[in-house]
Amino acid sequence: MAKKILIADDEQNIVISLEFLMKREGFTVCVATDGQEAIDKVRSEAPDLVLLDIMMPRKNGYEVCQEIRTDPGLQGTRILMLTAKGREMEITKGLAMGADAYMTKPFSTRELVTKVKSLLDLPA
Amino acid sequence: MLNGPVIVAASFIYLLLLFAVAYFGDKRADAGRSVIANPTIYALSLAVYCTTWTYYGSVGRAASSGLGFVPIFLGPTLAVALWWFVMLKMIRIGKTNRITSIADFIASRYGKSQLLGGLVTVIAVLGVIPYIALQLKALSGSFAILVPPGDGVSGGRGALPWLADTTFYVALSMAAFTILFGTRHLDATERHEGLVAAIAFESLVKLVAFVAVGVFVTFGLFDGFGDLFSRAAREPQLQALMRMGAGGNGYANWFALTLLSMLAVMFLPRQFQVTVVENVNENHLRRAIWLFPLYLLLINVFVLPIALGGLMLFAGQQVDADTFVLRLPMVFGHDWLALVVFIGGLSAATGMIVVETIALSTMVCNDLVMPLLLRYRWLALQGQGDVSGVLLGIRRGAIVLILLLAYLYFRLAGEAHALVSIGLISFAAVAQFAPAMLGGMYWRGGTRAGAVAGLSGGFAVWLYTLLLPSFAKSGWLPGDFLQNGLFGLDLLRPQELFGMQGLDPLAHSLFWSMLVNVGGYVWVSLMRPPSAIEAGQATLFVDVFKQGRPSDGAFWRGSAHVGDLLPLLGRFLGRERAAHAFDDYARSRGVTREALQADAGLVHFAETTLAGAIGSASARVIVASVVQEEPLGLDEVMNILDEASQVRAYSRRLEQKSLELEQATRELRSANERLKELDRLKDDFMSSVTHELRTPLTSIRAFSEMLLEDPEIDVDDRQRFLGIIVSETERLTRLVNQVLDMAKIESGHADWVDDEVSLLDVVEQGAAATSQLFRDKGVTLEMSLPPAVPALLADRDRLVQVVLNLLSNAVKFVARGSGRVRLSLRETAEGLQVDVGDNGPGLTPEEQRVVFEKFRQGGNTMTDKPQGTGLGLPISRQIVEHYGGRLWVESVPGQGATFSFLMPCGKSAVRKEDAG
Repeated sequence: MAKKILIADDEQNIVISLEFLMKREGFTVCVATDGQEAIDKVRSEAPDLVLLDIMMPRKNGYEVCQEIRTDPGLQGTRILMLTAKGREMEITKGLAMGADAYMTKPFSTRELVTKVKSLLDLPA
Repeated sequence: MLNGPVIVAASFIYLLLLFAVAYFGDKRADAGRSVIANPTIYALSLAVYCTTWTYYGSVGRAASSGLGFVPIFLGPTLAVALWWFVMLKMIRIGKTNRITSIADFIASRYGKSQLLGGLVTVIAVLGVIPYIALQLKALSGSFAILVPPGDGVSGGRGALPWLADTTFYVALSMAAFTILFGTRHLDATERHEGLVAAIAFESLVKLVAFVAVGVFVTFGLFDGFGDLFSRAAREPQLQALMRMGAGGNGYANWFALTLLSMLAVMFLPRQFQVTVVENVNENHLRRAIWLFPLYLLLINVFVLPIALGGLMLFAGQQVDADTFVLRLPMVFGHDWLALVVFIGGLSAATGMIVVETIALSTMVCNDLVMPLLLRYRWLALQGQGDVSGVLLGIRRGAIVLILLLAYLYFRLAGEAHALVSIGLISFAAVAQFAPAMLGGMYWRGGTRAGAVAGLSGGFAVWLYTLLLPSFAKSGWLPGDFLQNGLFGLDLLRPQELFGMQGLDPLAHSLFWSMLVNVGGYVWVSLMRPPSAIEAGQATLFVDVFKQGRPSDGAFWRGSAHVGDLLPLLGRFLGRERAAHAFDDYARSRGVTREALQADAGLVHFAETTLAGAIGSASARVIVASVVQEEPLGLDEVMNILDEASQVRAYSRRLEQKSLELEQATRELRSANERLKELDRLKDDFMSSVTHELRTPLTSIRAFSEMLLEDPEIDVDDRQRFLGIIVSETERLTRLVNQVLDMAKIESGHADWVDDEVSLLDVVEQGAAATSQLFRDKGVTLEMSLPPAVPALLADRDRLVQVVLNLLSNAVKFVARGSGRVRLSLRETAEGLQVDVGDNGPGLTPEEQRVVFEKFRQGGNTMTDKPQGTGLGLPISRQIVEHYGGRLWVESVPGQGATFSFLMPCGKSAVRKEDAG
């Protein structure tokens, strides 16, 4: 069964590109455009992996990450953080909040796919 | 019940009690646990100011002149307010120079002058003797009231021979008392601790006794203050007493009395003694400054009630108002209260007599007798015997002599005057010290000749206008010079000098004596510059608080031998005490007595130690007899002073430099804080810019890579992706432009092309440029514009940019289809105002606050994210503010928002200077 990926980002064009990319790799995709929606979608859609932006309205990526990690029912969810700021501090903070990996925007599509697959234990 | 023996016994018991207090004080002092090292005791001892004159005489004065008694206590209260400056300095000078008396103070200041010391002593003795006589008069008078004459041991009056007159014995016992109290040690700067304790005790006794009578009269004989005053107010004569200026006391006289009392409380020999010489700790002054006036207030509260009560109760009888305090309790049968009052009066008298006589005897000994003895050389140069016993003998003799003189004055002149008049004569005498004292403390230019001229001139005027008339009035001198003037010259009438009328004799005398005194002091001082020794002493006095003043002995040069100095001191202080003093001095120098160098410092030490015993003028002469002094020229003294002042200036400069450094450090620290803050802001800004740049780049890279890798993407997607790439590129371009724009404006490097612009054109152009946006989203634009507005001097394109920004923001935030935007331009009192209102979601107060910050995009509540850079509003605000205008937002969440900006009107619009 195809793995499900939640794309959480408030930048419409980034969402479009990620959606296209992930679908092309054969994943099922759902989308959230703010932090609150992301949490709701994690609960309702139970994605295997979340591509999580940090700077989002309503709830930022750190808060989303923390909520997922403190919910025992969501322990299997992988989190790949995408940050456009790319300062050490943000990366450290993201990992501390429980993210499995991070990537700095703009990212290489190929690397992103590789990383997603490795997080989901899929052959590259 | 009250008879002579009872009263005499009570008096002696009281005096014994005083001795006990004094003995206790001395014992405690010897044990090193001083009772007078206490500010309250110090303040109480100052109340030695209140003598029998206060105790009995205030009531007398109030009975004749109503509020006329007030200045005597108003003066000290006013003077005390200045004490923290004047008295503190006087005390400091007294301590550093081991001053023994007011005569010593003046003599020392003007070059350790024997002449001045003697002159001051003569003035003080002559001036104060009537005052002491007044105490004797009051004592014998009060005794006579308690035990009327004819009672065997009764108080004698007038015609009695001396040996039958109680007053004579009172004077003698006072002398004995004073000798026992005051001349146990020689060194006057070594304080009389027991004496001060006894004086403080006496101050309490007289206060309690006086208040007791006051309470008795006010609440016992009358029904409180209200009853007393209202009954007095019904009697026309008494009514007058309760008003200012009663009894013919004009304001000039009031002023004169107040001034006189201000000076007296500082310069009466006994006040100088307790305030300066007996002071243990300068900080005690702090409490005295409020406690002493409080004491004066308390002891005066009942003066007017007692006077009025006495006048009413004794109406029609010939009763001396000076005796009301004593007679009221007696007449109404309260013998015990009368005895308490008598003891209170005894307290007031003994306190005054003892301290005053000690002060005067010190002056007589040090500044009158010693110089005479030294002049005949037998004391200083011949014989090696201990003369400290001789000195004590001189002092004791002086005490007896002074009291006998006071008794003599009492016999000769005392009967003719009320208590108050006698006291005021003394006040006027000691007021003559004021110019030389105060001038000496604050004016370097005062000289010995000036002080002599002022003092002797003022004293002569006092003698002629006040003392001689008092003798004449008592019939002791022929009185015709009073009416006709000296040598029959009307202009020389003692109480109307040069035809001056309208002042009472006291104010008249004060005016002329002070005029002559101050005039003589200043004029003669100015006639020639101070000599070397005068300049040196002036510095020690005037600059007593300054750091870096010339050190001890700076003004002395010569050679001496320890072997000469030590025995010399031994002769005057006693061998043991002299050795002890030298040991202390050696220890302070970190050497043994044997290793002491006889340098300028040691000579100075020997001289000041000696000065503590025999006064500075005599000490100087005596020390000079055993050392080889090389006289210093004036220029050398000036050099020393110069050096000292250079050191002073240098330390001032250092202080200033260190202040400047501190200031610079503070400024640097705050500049650093500001820089850190700026750094943080810059970091935030960079972080925001980075974020804004990376976001479009993310899309561009992702789509480009996908297009590159996968040529099979179908045409529609390809078209869509390429479109996104193009629009994200545009967004990047816009962002870069705006960041640069912002940076230029902020750094002041923007180009402003100012010209005459009509804001109307600007607004219309902005509306036209955004019309496509409005049409695309189906938003209505309502415009309300005036037909014409005044022109502005501004950069047209920049203003268009502002309007465009506000309009496009509004479009972004309103709902598709139903959105409405209102654009208006109007003239207000402040200038031209443009409003852009919308019916969008509005802004919360928090959002209103941050919306003008960089990269703070609104739209948290929006579903479609606005495509702004987050720099539009900050840039717009910068532009408007560049022209001195304002840009702001008003909004209620849910009811839309109105962004407005206001441009100051006219061509003279305020502009910042930074236009490139």
